[in-house]
Amino acid sequence: MENENLSVWTSIPFWRRSAAWVTGFASILLIWLTFDTLGQISMGTDTDLKNGVTKRVPGPTVINYQIGYEMSTKRGHEVPVIGEKEPFFGKEWSVTEAEDLLHLGKLTSQAKNCMNCHTLLGNGAYYAPDLTKAWLDPAWADGGALQGMTGKSTKEEAMAEFLQHPSQYPTHARMMPDLGITADEAKGLVAFLKHMSSIDTNGFPRNFGKEEGTTNAK
Amino acid sequence: MLSSIKANHLTNEGQKLGMMYFRVAIILFGAQLLMGLIAAIQFLAPGFLFELFDFSVARMVHINALVVWMLYAMIGSVYFMLTDETGHEGVAIGLGKLAFWILTAAVTVVVLVYIFVQVGAGTESTLWLINEGREYIEAPRWADIGIVVVVLVFYYNVFATYMAGKKTGIMTVMVADLLALAGLYLAGMVYTDNISMDQFWWWWVIHLWVEATWEVFVGTLAAFALIRLIGAKREIVEMWLWIEVLMLFGSGILGMGHHYFWIGTPEYWWEIGALFSALEPVPLVAMFVHVLYDWGKEQGIAKAQGKSGNVITNGPAMAWIVTNAFGNFLGAGIWGFFHTLPQVNIYTHGTQFTAAHGHLAFFGAYATILIGMMYFGVQKAYGVKQMKATFNSKMAITLITLGVVGMTVALTIAGYEQVLVERAELGGTWDAFFTAQNLPWYVQAQLWRAIMGVVTFVGFVYLLVDMLTIGKRAKATEA
Repeated sequence: MENENLSVWTSIPFWRRSAAWVTGFASILLIWLTFDTLGQISMGTDTDLKNGVTKRVPGPTVINYQIGYEMSTKRGHEVPVIGEKEPFFGKEWSVTEAEDLLHLGKLTSQAKNCMNCHTLLGNGAYYAPDLTKAWLDPAWADGGALQGMTGKSTKEEAMAEFLQHPSQYPTHARMMPDLGITADEAKGLVAFLKHMSSIDTNGFPRNFGKEEGTTNAK
Repeated sequence: MLSSIKANHLTNEGQKLGMMYFRVAIILFGAQLLMGLIAAIQFLAPGFLFELFDFSVARMVHINALVVWMLYAMIGSVYFMLTDETGHEGVAIGLGKLAFWILTAAVTVVVLVYIFVQVGAGTESTLWLINEGREYIEAPRWADIGIVVVVLVFYYNVFATYMAGKKTGIMTVMVADLLALAGLYLAGMVYTDNISMDQFWWWWVIHLWVEATWEVFVGTLAAFALIRLIGAKREIVEMWLWIEVLMLFGSGILGMGHHYFWIGTPEYWWEIGALFSALEPVPLVAMFVHVLYDWGKEQGIAKAQGKSGNVITNGPAMAWIVTNAFGNFLGAGIWGFFHTLPQVNIYTHGTQFTAAHGHLAFFGAYATILIGMMYFGVQKAYGVKQMKATFNSKMAITLITLGVVGMTVALTIAGYEQVLVERAELGGTWDAFFTAQNLPWYVQAQLWRAIMGVVTFVGFVYLLVDMLTIGKRAKATEA
């Protein structure tokens, strides 16, 4: 590899140019796709929800609606389905109220460091359950074990109660610590969880809450 | 600590500053391992330090110490090689030293707040002062701004020295790569209520660091080390480096798609992420071949010229760099490829599989070569011509590698259990999670992980002792 190059394959300028072109091309493609994705994952509005427009990330007022997680034969995986209106903590939340509540909840999720035990959208630590679709966990629904444990009569009140006093409601030897979550912060967190469950995650987690048949794992 | 390393043989100020960074790096490495041990024990005995020093705190310090010690060792390595590569004294090393003290003071405060304050109220001020609660980049915003300032000083030093001195291929790649590495940190400083948007930008930091810019960075370190340690020919090493840049950025930049499968982002990321992340192991194979090939070739040339013995001028450093070639390929390449395809990842995403991959990849790709660079620093600091591995060096590399590989295998087994039972069989709920966590074989795997964690820590103690003593002993033998 002295001055005269026998082959282009051993030429430094050739590889340097190729590296620059490939890196440049990959970066431009990433930036272009980023613009497209940012458009698709920006939050929807209240009007979208009223008109039944499906957004990958619905607006904060989605907390006023029932949320389901059903198999879509067209897409080949489960998708969130936004249904009829339902009260959330006993009322319907206006646009600004819902925005403020979600803001408080998201801030609290970071301030309490949820992600270093749980996973959110599958990212985080693996010490505690994934929270992506926690709102849809049958255990929190009417008649579910977790709701029953707290003695509350709605899903949101049960979750908020648990979040405020987690170590009073141990489900297993591994418990959630008391993080000093206030009543308002707990409401915010439940709104954050409900909102997250309405995000179209391309079918993750698969078969969530659809345990079928018998298993010896238990 | 480490004050026994006398810097009086170092030929330039940049190397002295590099050694300062190395000293903090090795202390933080120890802190990382201690925090990991606490977290590993909590998996087995959940009552351990409950509501006093919870898993979330141990885990946060565990991964933050990891990132910070690696960044320290990376900055240290750059300062260390700066003058050797450019043939020019670092332009503003005095300012660099001031930045070092500011950064170290800031890191200390951040860690003390993590440990003693832990969490705050759900307000903006918690994000500014206590922690941002975003995995790996938890550092509060005031520290983010401090980090940006310190990195600017560092980058100015590197860039201005590069411009003033020789522009080797290694330095050209490094200067460009460091700019991208530093710039990407900004993507992690925004707050949004939209969790999908939050995670989208979060990956711009995490992925484009560890699967692109950090990989290219260690490519430059390996190139530098091969020239210095075994006398590899610069033309060949630099040609390989450009090929590595091509393949690492060509696969790694769009390989980001494999983090965009399930966070709310569109389905086209399945195809893009699957294709490009499946290519990510290719450059790691190339780097692996390159290191072993060059070593064998230089050894062969030396033999043919009738030189007896070893061409390696620093035994422990070379051993760690060869471990890097294996570890990067296995940990990042193979263990990453295991679960990178969406068809597999829909079940494995966010399980102990990820933890298994994370442990071997960070160790194999980064810890190994950075430890190698530290040995290189020790050799220079004592002015040793040929530094042979001691009993302590051998114990350190054997126990640490065995420990990390052991943890990886244990976590992989735990991951299988978790995926099959929690995800496939029981549908991923709260109850499904705990059913899987309580399976006897899962618990057994966690026990082995903890045991292997202890093995790793014992290896670290050997490493620390070796770093403190090997230079002095080698110098005494040579004299």
